[in-house]
Amino acid sequence: MPNMRMDKNPMPVQDPEVRIHNVDEVATGYTAEMAIDEAKRCLSCKHKPCVAGCPVNIHIPEFIARVAEGDFEGAYEIISLTSSLPAICGRVCPQESQCEARCVRGIKGEPVSIGRLERFVADYMREKGETPAVKAEPNGHKVAVVGAGPAGLTAAGDLAKLGYEVTVFEALHTPGGVLMYGIPEFRLPKAIVAHEIDKLKDLGVEFVTNFVVGRASTIDEMMDDGYEAVFVGSGAGLPNFMNLPGEALNGVYSANEFLTRYNLMKAYDENSSTPIQHPTKTVVVGGGNVAMDAARCARRLGSEVHVVYRRSLEELPARKEEVEHAMEEGIIFDLLNNPVAVLGDENGHIKAVECIKMELGEPDESGRRRPVPVEGSNFIIDADCMIMAIGTSPNPLIRQTTPGLDVNRRGCLIVDENEMTTKDGVYAGGDAVTGAATVISAMGAGKKAAAAMHEYLSSKE
Amino acid sequence: MFEITEKRILNPTVEEITVYAPNAAAKAKAGQFIILRTDEDGERIPFTIASADPEKGTVSVIYQIVGAGTRKLSALKQGDSLHDFAGPLGKPSEIEGENVVIIGGGVGCAIAWPTAKAFKQAGKNVTSIVGFRNKDLVILEDEFKDTSDAFYLMSDDGSAGQKGLVTAKLEELIQNGQKIDRVIAIGPLIMMKFVCELTKKYNIPTIVSMNPIMIDGTGMCGGCRLVVDGKMQFACVDGPDFDGHKVDFDAAMKRNRQYLDFEKHKYEEACNLLNKEVDA
Ligand SMILES: Cc1cc2nc3c(=O)[nH]c(=O)nc-3n(C[C@H](O)[C@H](O)[C@H](O)COP(=O)(O)OP(=O)(O)OC[C@H]3O[C@@H](n4cnc5c(N)ncnc54)[C@H](O)[C@@H]3O)c2cc1C
Ligand SMILES: Cc1cc2nc3c(=O)[nH]c(=O)nc-3n(C[C@H](O)[C@H](O)[C@H](O)COP(=O)(O)OP(=O)(O)OC[C@H]3O[C@@H](n4cnc5c(N)ncnc54)[C@H](O)[C@@H]3O)c2cc1C
Ligand code: SF4
Ligand code: SF4
Ligand code: FES
Repeated sequence: MPNMRMDKNPMPVQDPEVRIHNVDEVATGYTAEMAIDEAKRCLSCKHKPCVAGCPVNIHIPEFIARVAEGDFEGAYEIISLTSSLPAICGRVCPQESQCEARCVRGIKGEPVSIGRLERFVADYMREKGETPAVKAEPNGHKVAVVGAGPAGLTAAGDLAKLGYEVTVFEALHTPGGVLMYGIPEFRLPKAIVAHEIDKLKDLGVEFVTNFVVGRASTIDEMMDDGYEAVFVGSGAGLPNFMNLPGEALNGVYSANEFLTRYNLMKAYDENSSTPIQHPTKTVVVGGGNVAMDAARCARRLGSEVHVVYRRSLEELPARKEEVEHAMEEGIIFDLLNNPVAVLGDENGHIKAVECIKMELGEPDESGRRRPVPVEGSNFIIDADCMIMAIGTSPNPLIRQTTPGLDVNRRGCLIVDENEMTTKDGVYAGGDAVTGAATVISAMGAGKKAAAAMHEYLSSKE
Repeated sequence: MFEITEKRILNPTVEEITVYAPNAAAKAKAGQFIILRTDEDGERIPFTIASADPEKGTVSVIYQIVGAGTRKLSALKQGDSLHDFAGPLGKPSEIEGENVVIIGGGVGCAIAWPTAKAFKQAGKNVTSIVGFRNKDLVILEDEFKDTSDAFYLMSDDGSAGQKGLVTAKLEELIQNGQKIDRVIAIGPLIMMKFVCELTKKYNIPTIVSMNPIMIDGTGMCGGCRLVVDGKMQFACVDGPDFDGHKVDFDAAMKRNRQYLDFEKHKYEEACNLLNKEVDA
């Protein structure tokens, strides 16, 4: 008999008052009992609407049925058929707009907590200590992967399993991409990302860090060096600014800089040598996951935090859970506002942000109602820190140094239905192709590209 | 791991290390830089490539000890290894203009010397003007002499070379009618600013090398942003060389002072730490 409770089993979380003073994970995860109980809410629908909502089509009812039986290993095997980063996606996927959005249980009550179950299964297996992966028989072919974010890591794993000699070239000193430098520890513990990378090393994947493709070597040079195909998963890391007067003032950060200092360079740790400002009042501009993460990091540094977003609560693009967590942590949402200028003191440090009120007008191309400024409604928010989280674009370095690689007008690499770029043998996927998107879509693109690269190289023989 | 194969003390606060880093050595060009970390939790510190030997797979950098990070680096000896060494980064310098004047100020000479060398090797006529506060701080004098057709050493107090600022010497050359197609100025922001004000007056194209505070050096954080010609530019990918007549130096000077208090504190900590090690 399915469990007909209307709501999800709640996720155990750290108390907000406690967690704003630490960087430990906010959501602590289901116990086995909670997971089994939640799994029983699934109706094993014949037409599986949930599966279509998942960008990599995880066999959702099948894995959940195993969880309900207490067969967590079996569940993991099913998930692994289509996903390679379940511990990560279970934590960070915007489930409410993907798999769970289609769940029939969501029509009357809350959907089945697919993401939490996925996370539980992956955590269970990691804690139990999976048997180390065995290296595939080498097939004698060499391929290169540019960028060690979720797209690159997934492509590397799939190619290694097919017997390719895979080298991942990463610009930073640590692989992981946004998973490492952007998404904070309290949402995605770095040990989990490191564990996934270790699994790839077990599969034989080579990592070359501190290697900026385009400078240390171009893609053409790599191909001359014997890499028969290249996957580009270089992400969309170039931060956008608004070109406001005063944006160059000290104390004004891109979210990437603030998060990199806080996460990758461990500025949250007092013993770290990375400088970071400990603001008293922070204005975060934007409404996506990046804005939520920046706001919550600033909060953990002891600041009062205001999120300034030009639309209303309904349009906030961040994951619902993150918005709720941010609100619990005392972050103030100043919605329907937009900054117009940054004001500085005599030392060149920000002292306030001038904003204007917005109202929602006619819907734009995206179908969302366009925010329009209300004439004469300008007002001032005092602040000693401002974090711009208004999006990122692909870094131009690779396209500038690779003749034959075409991009669209937003600077995103153009690929065909097999993730092949306009240059023979060069594939791409993830944020470098789509612009800033999600971990699971980057992972899905990596998978698809790996399969296509295999086909391409096999047919060349 | 990147081994320090050689270490040279140039003066009490300036040192040169040669590091085994074949990837960087293979591609390094004048004007580019590297980012290193001494240890696993270290800061990412950018330094200009002073020279590179693709055959030996080594890259040399010259640095001044100014804070906690460079102090930690200075504690390493030949045979020790660096945790990370990423490069080359940034755009190479344009080697253009037949008659160039290269101006180096203080430790900026470490950055200016490889540029002088590159111009010389390209067969250009190179005049170098280097300036220091006093004779104890003079670096790379012989190296500059070797790579310059004319060389002028200046010091604030007259204890080395001629007394006076590099801008005074530059103006003297201009007024004496020396043909100058291009000036390249590398040093403290205030020096570059005054060089640019001078060359603007005489309409001489001037390139400056901008060294703002950086983290990733790959164009990801925006921390190195500058205002150039009214537009935002990232020094690590769009530079570090820029048209000096278009750079907003006043804004850059303010940004460089961002973490002064924090760094002073970390520097004292690092000093205390090293003193303790010495005591023990
Ligand atoms: C703060 C933040 C929070 C987010 N939260 C969520 C969330 O909750 N859920 C979600 O689904 N998505 C979230 N996202 C989006 C998600 O992280 C990205 O869509 C995803 O990481 C894209 O993966 P990728 O592999 O394409 O690129 P990235 O993760 O950006 O990785 C690209 C890698 O390539 C490297 N690289 C770039 N250029 C070069 C070069 N020239 N040579 C060598 N290496 C290079 C970079 O250093 C980087 O490591 C968030 C993003 C941010 C910034
Ligand atoms: C592209 C580039 C190339 C460089 N090349 C060289 C070089 O060849 N030789 C050399 O000695 N230095 C060079 N620098 C400067 C060098 O990176 C800094 O001196 C170093 O980061 C200081 O680290 P620290 O931890 O010892 O000092 P900190 O404790 O971080 O700082 C001490 C003092 O130095 C200032 N400072 C910190 N970072 C920088 C910076 N990036 N630029 C200027 N001042 C800074 C601080 O404001 C403070 O006053 C370069 C910088 C850049 C961006
Ligand atoms: S990967 Fe993401 S979208 Fe797919 S089932 Fe898991 S949580 Fe849902
Ligand atoms: S739609 Fe919901 S109830 Fe139906 S199979 Fe999927 S998860 Fe289970
Ligand atoms: S140092 Fe981060 S963008 Fe230049």
